[in-house]
Amino acid sequence: MPHDHHDHHDHHDDHTHGEDHPHAHLPPDPALRVRALETILTRKGLIDPAALDAIIDTYQNRIGPKNGALVVARAWADPEFHAALMRDATAVVADMGFFGRQGEHITAVANTPQTHNMVVCTLCSCYPWPLLGIPPGWYKSDAYRARAVREPRKVLADFGVTLPGDKAVRVWDSTAEMRYLVVPERPEGTEGWSVEALAGLVTRDSMIGTGLPRQPG
Amino acid sequence: MTRPHDMGGRFGDGAVIPEPETPVFHEDWHARALAVTLAAGALGQWNLDTSRHARERLSPRDYARFSYYEKWMAGLADLLVEKGVLSREDLAGGGDDAPHPLAARALKAHAVAGVLAKGGPSDRPSAIPPRFVPGCAVRTLRPAANRLVDGGHTRLPAYAAGARGVILSCHGAHVLPDANAHGLGEAPEPLYTVVFPASELWAAPEHPGDEVTLDLWQSYLEPA
Repeated sequence: MPHDHHDHHDHHDDHTHGEDHPHAHLPPDPALRVRALETILTRKGLIDPAALDAIIDTYQNRIGPKNGALVVARAWADPEFHAALMRDATAVVADMGFFGRQGEHITAVANTPQTHNMVVCTLCSCYPWPLLGIPPGWYKSDAYRARAVREPRKVLADFGVTLPGDKAVRVWDSTAEMRYLVVPERPEGTEGWSVEALAGLVTRDSMIGTGLPRQPG
Repeated sequence: MTRPHDMGGRFGDGAVIPEPETPVFHEDWHARALAVTLAAGALGQWNLDTSRHARERLSPRDYARFSYYEKWMAGLADLLVEKGVLSREDLAGGGDDAPHPLAARALKAHAVAGVLAKGGPSDRPSAIPPRFVPGCAVRTLRPAANRLVDGGHTRLPAYAAGARGVILSCHGAHVLPDANAHGLGEAPEPLYTVVFPASELWAAPEHPGDEVTLDLWQSYLEPA
């Protein structure tokens, strides 16, 4: 079996640790490190700063949890849409204009009185970007990645959520390119609400499964 | 055997700290790091699996001490040198500014929306027939390790190695990260969602009804 020859076994002391790695040639301060890399790549014509601005604008201002909230609200309001979403979420949300990077294969999982769904990526930070945008810091944190699969109820307690004892938790570890959207239970007292009004109750965390929707009123 | 990114089930990390939905980026350099990474990826010198593996094989100490986007930057810098796009001298600030042979492939602002919208689907045709259907009992391989490259990239977490579960759904064939991360081709094979009782994975599960699902390739599984 070939060995992973890029592996580095470091025998230096703390001060020089990691100098085998090319990245150690960059400035240590993170902000300066990014700027240095951007500058080098720009000077060589390998990246275009205007393209970077366009990428940032996309995820800062255009794509975010409002997209997912609209999907959930429609699912609440329209049983046929809900059924189609559960059958083939990728196609259904693409019809609403939500598709692309980190949303190539989407599965919707619906909470029920019996089951609460919660999504994690223990190995990195996989997340349905076209529906929820860039993941929050806690989703990418060691604590969430380590604990969500083993003690989801204690993690939910960190978010102030307590589930009834007769409700099971199913945690989805996103280990492939399938991306998961939790469809929370529709809050009571919202009969007859418009899709737009319902969407206002859907929080980002409720679509990851670490939160519940806002209650009306 | 394991690498530091494979942390599912680990003890000792403390509380998860919730945060509001905005700001999306807590520091300007976080946004730049994300954008530089995506733009450099568009040069086409590596794939998603390669870039994940570049972060995973940071030294355990670097992995632990770097914040999220620092890992991205370090993995990117390492890849740029390994793939011959930049030299160590370039990173140290001593390189020249001559036009780069790959400059024609640089992502331009007008192309950003199209590239992000296109994404990179991982489903592929495959000659490998599915071995399992929903409801089949399966067991994951143990240890959780790349069978093609020792110490290589794999998407079977250690906490789920040797565990018995049930096929929940089949997703057709998808690119196999264990091969694709190492220049061994896409090697697509059937991909499944497999559901495991929490009691199969943990010594002290929180609740008898709780479950964990993972998305696993056929070669990670055997009949149980």
